[in-house]
This record gives sequence, structure tokens and C-alpha cells, in this order.
Amino acid sequence: MELIYEKSVAGRTGVRIPLSDVPKAAPLPASLRRGDAAAFPEVSELDLVRHYTNLSRRNFSVDTNFYPLGSCTMKYNAKVMEQAGALFAGCHPMLALLPGGERLVQGPLSLVYEVEQQLAEITGMDEVTTQPLAGAHGEMTGIMVIAAYHKARGEKRKYVIVPDSSHGTNPASAAMAGYEIITIPTAPYGDMDLDAYRAAMNGEVAAVMMTCPNTLGIFNPHIAEICEIAHQAGALTYYDGANLNAIMGKVRPGDVGFDVIHVNLHKTFGTPHGGGGPGSGPVGVKKGLIPYLPTPRVVRTADGSFGVEAHPEGIGRVSDFFGNFGIMARAFAYITLLGGEGLIEVSEMAVLNANYMMARLKGEYELPFETTCMHECVFSASRQLKEGVHAIDIAKYLIDRGFHPPTVYFPLNVKEAIMIEPTETESKQTMDAFIEVMLEAARMTRENPAALHEAPVSTPVGRLDETRAARAQQVCCEG
Amino acid sequence: MGYCPNTPEEIREMLAVIGAGSVEELFSPIPQQLRAKSFELPAGMSEFELMGIMREKARVGGTEIVPFIGGGIYDHVIPAAVDHLAGRAEFYTAYTPYQPECSQGTLQALYEYQSAICRLTGLEASNASLYDGGTAVAEAALMALRVTGRNAVVLDASVNPLHREIVCGYLASLSAGVVEVAPAGCASDLERLMGCIGPETAAVVVQNPNFFGTVADFTALAAKAHEAGALLIVACYPVALGLVKSPGEMGADIAVGEGQSLGNTLSFGGPYFGFIATRKRFIRNLPGRIVGETVDQQGRRGYVLTLQAREQHIKRHKATSNICSNQSLCALRGLIFAAALGKRGFEELATLNYDKARYAQGLLGAIKGVSVLNRESFNEFTLALPKPAAKVVTRLLDRGVAAGVPLGAYYPGMDHALVVTVTEKRTKAEIDALAALLEEALWN
Amino acid sequence: MSMYFTKEHEWVKVDGSQATVGISGHAAHELGDITFVELPQMGKVVKQFDTLAGIESVKAASDIYSPVSGKVVQVNGKLEDAPELVNESAEDAGWICKLEAVDASELAALMDAAAYAEYLKGLE
Repeated sequence: MELIYEKSVAGRTGVRIPLSDVPKAAPLPASLRRGDAAAFPEVSELDLVRHYTNLSRRNFSVDTNFYPLGSCTMKYNAKVMEQAGALFAGCHPMLALLPGGERLVQGPLSLVYEVEQQLAEITGMDEVTTQPLAGAHGEMTGIMVIAAYHKARGEKRKYVIVPDSSHGTNPASAAMAGYEIITIPTAPYGDMDLDAYRAAMNGEVAAVMMTCPNTLGIFNPHIAEICEIAHQAGALTYYDGANLNAIMGKVRPGDVGFDVIHVNLHKTFGTPHGGGGPGSGPVGVKKGLIPYLPTPRVVRTADGSFGVEAHPEGIGRVSDFFGNFGIMARAFAYITLLGGEGLIEVSEMAVLNANYMMARLKGEYELPFETTCMHECVFSASRQLKEGVHAIDIAKYLIDRGFHPPTVYFPLNVKEAIMIEPTETESKQTMDAFIEVMLEAARMTRENPAALHEAPVSTPVGRLDETRAARAQQVCCEG
Repeated sequence: MGYCPNTPEEIREMLAVIGAGSVEELFSPIPQQLRAKSFELPAGMSEFELMGIMREKARVGGTEIVPFIGGGIYDHVIPAAVDHLAGRAEFYTAYTPYQPECSQGTLQALYEYQSAICRLTGLEASNASLYDGGTAVAEAALMALRVTGRNAVVLDASVNPLHREIVCGYLASLSAGVVEVAPAGCASDLERLMGCIGPETAAVVVQNPNFFGTVADFTALAAKAHEAGALLIVACYPVALGLVKSPGEMGADIAVGEGQSLGNTLSFGGPYFGFIATRKRFIRNLPGRIVGETVDQQGRRGYVLTLQAREQHIKRHKATSNICSNQSLCALRGLIFAAALGKRGFEELATLNYDKARYAQGLLGAIKGVSVLNRESFNEFTLALPKPAAKVVTRLLDRGVAAGVPLGAYYPGMDHALVVTVTEKRTKAEIDALAALLEEALWN
Repeated sequence: MSMYFTKEHEWVKVDGSQATVGISGHAAHELGDITFVELPQMGKVVKQFDTLAGIESVKAASDIYSPVSGKVVQVNGKLEDAPELVNESAEDAGWICKLEAVDASELAALMDAAAYAEYLKGLE
């Protein structure tokens, strides 16, 4: 398919801009002006619409295909949430920061306040900030809060501990907050090796970062002990909420012993994934860490109205205003729509669906850890590898059969990993159709592995030469 | 409730396959003492009740106030086609294009977006978007530290104060130094900026137009930075780039900015997108996702996420950044906006902004006791008022107008200064009304 | 000249006080198509097993640790434009750098070709 630039014809006009009702002004001096105009494409509105409509049809999406990407929680994005979010399109954030401006934006300010309260109750934390713009951004913010806490106590701690099964953003975020990383291997029970962890924990460790259930979909029965061990050494505990969809209403990280958490609104709270973003990563903290939260904060004043207050002892700003408000509005709508019982049902059904997947597929696919899973299950394509078929081949075959593949090759501590997270919004009939194809792929591995190596054959392009892309580094089209 | 489709019968069937007696049994690995101590949330409701609540919140959202304010976020027209196309479910309910064969929609759109950013900034390589303008400046500073191996940044204080706070936070975490250089009136103090560049300077960071609205040419600064082995980072306002000299033309090494003004709504603070572009030779040091062009086994052109070895999922703590999500959908809106306006339309839009601002500047500057502080500006300019600007703004908000951003909170000694923003959406009537209101607030 | 190998799959050939370093064919195979080699700075001084260089493929990134102590006096410039040389000839034309002031006694801590082959079998 051509690029929009290749459809461009010099002189074509697009949308009309507003008419001018003011005099033409003397132009800027030449030394301040750009030479040639930016070479945006010149296409008619019809060509524009056709191009992007056709382009969109080259995507698999939740609305068109089963999309069981493990660790991503690809649940249905309720359309009423879009309607709700759109109501705030015309609200300028700067109004909240102008002297006398707060009273004009009481609606959005109340939403920021209330969604923070909702998230605090769901996670068992004392206060929440919605400023972080994505999960990884939340991780960095949370670790910066921890760093500020230790600094205020005159503690010089250099390390953050992470399990080797952790999402890459955990060590990357801790590194951005100035820490060195200690990685602990996974033990046969499916999570962090407790002996290695105990040995590594000391007065130089600032924090331990855990995901629970972890990236293998396993609930760590020692999680409270892990927090205890950290606290005894004066370290703090960080909870990566990426897998919160498994435990809403059942477990709250704040109750278990976590000091700082983040949640991913675009995962657990059903806001759309947008092709890779935008997300939102609110951070929750226990009382002792509240002073270190980012500035500013939305507060409830004596008369019940909402104000914006500077939070001077904190880590400063991590984003300009209150976070990705449009995403927060959608998440607020989702939580309000479902209510407490609805959220509990979400976790119950998410866990049921994943266990159903696991039970039906474990005959053909290797399970690296034989335990009940929570909202996602991880297989290894190690049996298939014996016939020369890799996890990636199974993934590509699924595409030909109309399913978006599960996550493959993550977590890193499972060879040929296939991570399946169906989510609670999928029906048994959809899952059965997917399971049939997974079983078929396992049969084909024995009978006709070559066909799997060829896949996909039904898409506009087949397997792409990633080596060539990395070596050529062609990231923008000439013009 | 919760969009969970399975019937009690189906649930029973699944439990039988699993070999569990109940759903609760599936949670048995969780010890009782770890169970939630509370989960007090109100009961759920239908779409109808929900929209009632949301509408009530949106009612007091300031949308009736005429905005002559910017602060990095601008009220621009958004063609209907942007909502329509970005609203296609195949775009907004897809995720990160890890499986390129079934994600060519997102991948090609991001490649076109990267190309648009390169053309806009006059540079050679862009990534697939960052979170926002503020974090983009911070990421650019970190990138400069990596490229040069140095540990300090010179930061022009006429860069957006909110962005500077973010930059300082990121750099402090890594114990990198920041030297802030105060502006000279409403312009960058070029002499002092140049004077601060030393052997430990990784980059000089400026903004064009700056927070006061002043437009400048930083070509000489770029040359000076390069002499010392440092980089020039220019933060820019995309719509202004329809008219003003691009960072590439000035010799800048990295351009960043807030992309909101391209097709994204105000939405009380987000989501927006940050953009970053650089010279080809620095491409491996770019943070975030990058889409590259390639071919499949049959020679058909296609697009993939590339240079992933820089990113957190491979390099973990040694990654160029911790970034995972980009702002894909917002970047898509920016791309469609740019393509909808086209090369000439974009230039015309910028010119219209400029003309409207000059008209407003003339009218407001003619009010007794008011003077305009900038020499050259685009669609924002700074007024010196005879009274404290904060009080004037508060009074005018009561009259339904956000007259500008008062600078006293951000720049010591500037509490009589007000930054006024005029976009193409401000009519002559609105501008005339602002002038009348301002005169009244100052002198009546 | 014999080749010696480290547990991290680097190889070294020593000639007097100079050594040539690269990664083993096994490592190159595991990494997949190499897309970039981060060559060390000229003059860099390393102790045995210090991080010397970096290497990237499409799906992985790895540090390269120095098999012996020494000072970098030459780098294989061909790898800048043709990182695929490491895949084509990891133990010959795909060499990464040369070190000076090398102490041959450090080779005692490494494996010879036969021992390395045994080691690889044990990893499977």
C-alpha cells in the first residue's frame, strides 16, 4: 500500500482553514522564517479518508479479533467510555493553574480527586497521584518517591531488587531514578528465589519491585514475607500493578505490605490501547510517603469545593498538569459503571477464563510451572521445538486463522514462552475457537511443520526482514 | 456487569474442564490473611446513569471561557476527519504492533508520522512519539548525556517553566548537573548561554517560540555548542513551525515538542504526545519506539518496530529509556491533522495565527499603560501591564475570558507581565472584546 | 596460535603481548542476525572479564567481556558498516578488537577449544 506522501499531488488542497477577519500583517524577518514549507502531503479529503480507512483495515484489533496478549489485558473497550471522555475535549488545563481559575473547572478537578479515591480503595493505598502518563512513567515516579523518602532520612541506598521475570520497565525505571539493579532468579515454585533474595537484602537496598500475580500468572504465596524482609532492612516495597486484573476485590497490594504501587488504566480499567498508547499509570502510596508525591495535588477544601495545592516537599512535576485526564475520565467511567461488584466479577471471570485455557491446552503445550494460574497462563513451545517449530511459528499461524497471537518470548526466563491472557470479556465460544486452532497447530507441528514456517500467508505482507530494517535504519521517507 | 459474557451454564462447563468445584476455589492459592480488608465501592449502574454523572462533571469545565491562554497547550481547529479516522476501532482498539503482519495499519501510520515530524523539524530521524512535550525535553537531555558522555546541561529559563521542572527532576535523579540561564527580558540571553557552555556540557536547551512567545534564530548558538562538543536541543511548537525557522535549519541536533496542537483536543491535560527528532548519526540513542521500513520474503514493502535492542524489554536497566507505551493514537491524530491541512494549508494556518496575534498585539499594546515586550513573536506575546497581572486575570475570568498567563508565579519580578495567546479560533470580535475588557479592568 | 574461550562465549588468540578478541560462533548463532557492534574506545584499558564492548541483534543485546587484561589498540572498523561479518565469520574475519600488554598466564583461567566444545554440550 502506498504511503500518504506517495499519493500527494502538488497543488491539491485539503481542509479549508478559517477565514481571516483581521488585516494581513507584515511578515517575520527572513532570518526567523523557515525556508521551504514543511512537506506535508497534498491530498484531497477523500483520498485522506480512503487512505487511513484502508490502512486501519490492515490491523487486527480487539474490536475485530480475539487478542490474548499476555501482560497487556486486552479487554473490551466499552463505547460509553468514549462518549464520557469526549465530554471534556474543550477543557483547557491551564485554567486550573490560573489565579481564580479553579472554580471554573470544578467538574474535571472533582473527577481527578474521585478517581484517585477510587484507585486508593481498590488497591488499599492511602493516596494516589494521577500525574504519571504511562505504566513505566508511574514506575519511575514511584521509585523517585522512594528515593526522596530515603534521602529525607539521610539514608544512602544504592540498589533496587527485581526478580528476573519482571517486565523490563522495572529495572529500566529504577535505573532512570538513579539506582543500580540486583536481579534475583526464579525458583522452581514459580517466583523469586527467597534464599537469594534474603541474601541480597541489606541496608543498601532502597526497594524491591514485585508484580503479583507475577508475569507467569502465578500468585506468590510468600509475597507478605517478601515485604516483611524488605521492611526489616529499612527498604520499601513497590508493586507493579500490571496484573491487577487478576485480584480486584480479592487482594489489595496495600493490605499485603506494599508501600508504593502503580496501576495501568489502559490494562485493568479498560481504556483503549490506541495502537500502543496513550496509557496512564497512577501511583498510590502509603501515608508515610504522601509528602513526596508530585506537585500539584487536587484537594477538597472546607466548603467542599476542589482546589489545586502546591506540594512543595515532593519530587516535583513528572507531567505538566494532572496526568492523561482523558484516559482518567474513561477509567473513572469504567469503575463507576461497574461498581465494586462489577470489578470483583471482572477478576473472577478473568481468572476462570485463563484457567480454562490452561486446562485445555496443557495436553499439547508444556507448562513450565505446574500450578493454578491466575488471569494469564504461560506455556513453553519446548515440545514443538523438538520438531523445529518455534513459538513464533505458532504465533504466525494464528494470524492466518484470524487470531492475534498471544505474547511470545516473554517472560525471559521461560524458553519459547507463549503467554495467554484471554481477559474476562471473552466468551467460551471465542476461546474454544482459539483453542481448536492452537491444538491444530500442535498437530501440524507433528504432521506438516513446513506450513507453520510459511505462515502467515493471508496478510498483506508476510514475515518481514527485521535484520534489514535494523541495519538500514530507514525511519522516514525521503522527500 | 463488567462485560463478562459467560452464562452460569458455561461457567459450570469450564469449571468441570478445569476440575475445580467453584470459581472461588481458583483463588485458593491466596492465603486468607492476604485477602482484601475492604473493597468499599458504590454499586454499578447503567450507561444512562453514568452519562448523567459525567455530563454534570463536564458542565463546570471552563469550556465557556474564551481562552487567550497557551502554556504549551493550544486551542486549534481540528478537522472532522481527524476524529472520524482516529475513531476507527481498528486503530484505537489495537495494541503495540509486536506482530507486524497483522499490524501494518498502525506501523505504516507511525512511519508516516515519523516522516511528518522529520519534515516539520527539518531533521533526519524521529521516533514513534513520547508521552508529552515536557517529558520529551527531559528525554532529549538524557539522550544528549548518552551521546556526549558528559554530565551537565545548560537550560535556558525561557523554556516552559513546567517543562523545566520535569527536566530538572529527571536530571537530578541521575546526579546530572543543570545550569539555568535567566532570560534577558523576554528573550534568551544568548551571550550568557554561550558563556555557560563548558567541557562538561552535554547540551544547551532552548525553546522556539519561547514561553514569552519570542521567536529567535539559534544558528549561532548551535555553532558555539558544536565548537565545544555539545549538542543543541530546541523545543518547539508545531503550528509555529508552519512559519518559523525549523530546528534543522538552525543546525540543532535534537528537536522536541508538545504535539497537542496538531489535532489533539485540550482534554484538561491529556492525552497528548511528545515528539523527538534528531540527526541520523544519533538514531541509536533515541528513546522509545521506532518504526522502520523493510520488505518481506516476496519483496513486498512493510513496516516493523526496529532498533528494539535499545529498549527496556531487551536492554532492561541499560535501555536508552524506560519507555514502553508511546502515544500512538495521539500521534495518529497529529499525522491525520497534518495530512488533512496539507503543505499549503499548514503554512496558511500558521500565517493566520500570526496575523491574528499581530492584530491583537496592536490593539492591546495601544491601551494606556500597556506595552508589548517581545521584538518578534508568533501567536503569543508578552504584555507589561500597569497593574499586577494575576489580579487582572482573575477579574477577567469572572467576565468569561482567560486573558493570558500571568508570569509572576514563574519568573521573579515579572508579576506585571501577561502572556497572551491568539490562535486562528479567536475571532476579531473576541479580540476586540478582550481589549475592551482589559482596558476596563486596568482603568475603571 | 590456539584459541581460548570464556564461559560467556568470547574467544581470544594471543600472539606475544598482543591478543585478538571476538565472540564464538555459538554466541553469534544464539544472538541471531547481528545488527550492531558497539566497538570499544581506542586506548581503553580493561581487566580480565571487565565489560569490553557490546553487541546487538534484532531481538537481543549483550555485553562482551574481555577474556584477558590489556589495552585496546585496534578495532575492526569493518564491523561498523557490516556487522553481519560476525555471523559470517565470528572466529576469524569477525574479530572485534586487539589488545596490547597482555599477560598470557591469564589464559589458564580460560577453556581451550576442546574444553569449550565440552562446555557447550553441557549447556544443552
